[in-house]
Amino acid sequence: MEIIDLTVHELLEKIQSGQLTKNEIMKAYVDRIDEKEKDVEAFVTVLTDEALNKVLNIKETGELAGIPIGIKDNICTKGIKTTCSSKMLENFVAPYDATVMKKLDEVGLINIGKLNMDEFAMGGSTENSAFKKTKNPWDLNRVPGGSSGGSAAAVASNQVPWALGSDTGGSIRQPASFCGVVGLKPTYGLVSRYGLVAFASSLDQIGPITKDVKDAAMLLNIIAGYDEKDSTSNKKEKEDYVKNLNGDIRGMKIGVPKEFFGEGINEEVKKNLMDATEKYKKMGVIIEEFSLNISNEALASYYIIACAEASSNLGRFDGIRYGYRTPNFTNLRELFVNSRTEGFGEEVKRRIILGTYVLSSGYYDAYYKKAQQVRTIVINKFNEAFSKYDCLLTPTSPTVAFGIGEKSNNPLEMYMSDICTVSINIAGLPAISIPSGVDQNGMPIGMQLIGNKFQEQKILNAALAFEKEIKFRENYKPTFRKVMG
Amino acid sequence: MKISKEEILRIAELASLKIDEGDIEEYILNLQDILNFANIVNKVDTSNIDTTIGASEDCNIFRKDEIIEFENKEGLLRKCTRERKKYV
Repeated sequence: MEIIDLTVHELLEKIQSGQLTKNEIMKAYVDRIDEKEKDVEAFVTVLTDEALNKVLNIKETGELAGIPIGIKDNICTKGIKTTCSSKMLENFVAPYDATVMKKLDEVGLINIGKLNMDEFAMGGSTENSAFKKTKNPWDLNRVPGGSSGGSAAAVASNQVPWALGSDTGGSIRQPASFCGVVGLKPTYGLVSRYGLVAFASSLDQIGPITKDVKDAAMLLNIIAGYDEKDSTSNKKEKEDYVKNLNGDIRGMKIGVPKEFFGEGINEEVKKNLMDATEKYKKMGVIIEEFSLNISNEALASYYIIACAEASSNLGRFDGIRYGYRTPNFTNLRELFVNSRTEGFGEEVKRRIILGTYVLSSGYYDAYYKKAQQVRTIVINKFNEAFSKYDCLLTPTSPTVAFGIGEKSNNPLEMYMSDICTVSINIAGLPAISIPSGVDQNGMPIGMQLIGNKFQEQKILNAALAFEKEIKFRENYKPTFRKVMG
Repeated sequence: MKISKEEILRIAELASLKIDEGDIEEYILNLQDILNFANIVNKVDTSNIDTTIGASEDCNIFRKDEIIEFENKEGLLRKCTRERKKYV
């Protein structure tokens, strides 16, 4: 096995046994980026020169010191551009580090590049980036998913050993599913949002995208924890997700909500996940189908709440305080309007308009307030489910990765592909997506395991047991071919 | 759900955005599509249901209001596209 095929915990074992050095590892990744980035286009900013230099002069001594990592380009990095894949922030260099960057720094991880995304994390295909369209390494004519498409594609193509993404309505889990890697969206409040450029503040969370479950637990260990700079950060005591990672799931009860397998879910995806439930049964898990009728209501309420929060959060981009400033203005009002109109892409503008609409007088009660009440109902229904089950199993996405350009002209159709993931953000729950097989075209299918609040350990263990059973990484690899279309 | 041209222009004005004359029709159609779907929330019985404004149950968490000197003032000023004397 080549260096770049190894997971981070495998790399650490090789370092400890003296078979590999950190310089060799960094060099292998730099070479890989040189080789594959032209096909995959996962990076907005490549930091290979800086990373090679850093690994030579690393001061930290911990076991992770000198290991590379990729960062989604909406996480602020001091002295390095943070663009959110938007023309609005094309030249924005943050004067401070996000809390998660400080935590990575403390253990000596090295940022090897900032990764492409849908502009301001709005989208499910990374086609909304103002700079480039990232390709899916399993079929270069398909999208990698989004919005953390650059992060997932970079991990899947072995250009980075692991990466950070962010998830507002599925933006870690859906691209992980499309690219055949592991993506974990932590409980709201577990990871600090300080320095994450806000899209929808009550839904956003930063989380790991990795090659396997153990790496996800390791990265979560690093980034989780209370931060006084984020008022929604949770004060609970830190857990060690690696220490308690044992894959012991005998006697666990997993609920399978039948509505998540209904209309609109691709037959192959459905069959693959039904097979997965059979595998769990053989491992001694109690599987029970039950009714959780929230998908459409949660999706509708998600788009109302997310757009409302976005319209407010993105108000700060006015050509004065941050980002792009139009050269075309004669007065202050024109400066605002023209900077925003020229600086934002189509999808971002559509969501700001939608958010402004649902918050405007006359519609506030009919949409925004109603959506917040539906949010309560969704939370109550999940609470009820978790009084009976340890975790829930659903598809991550109704389909495998779709073709580039296939859905970009139909916003509602694109929104509908978030149907399996958004309710988790609405309720603030943790969920992980892991590969569960491939379809007849060899495209990865993702399984989502949802846990109760702060029950990351349970879903990690359930995921680990399944990963050991199907050995996805050993059996399937991205082809870098152009197949579809 | 029908949205008029006047309404979309009023919303754009509120959002400090300009919609090109040629794009208005498509904007309206897309928004109507999305709002028709979003209207599902109005079919849900929400009597006696509280609103949820965040995913965290804690609220009003404040830290002490202490003045901390920001160490990277020059870095901050470099964000400005233009600067003259002390004005940005």
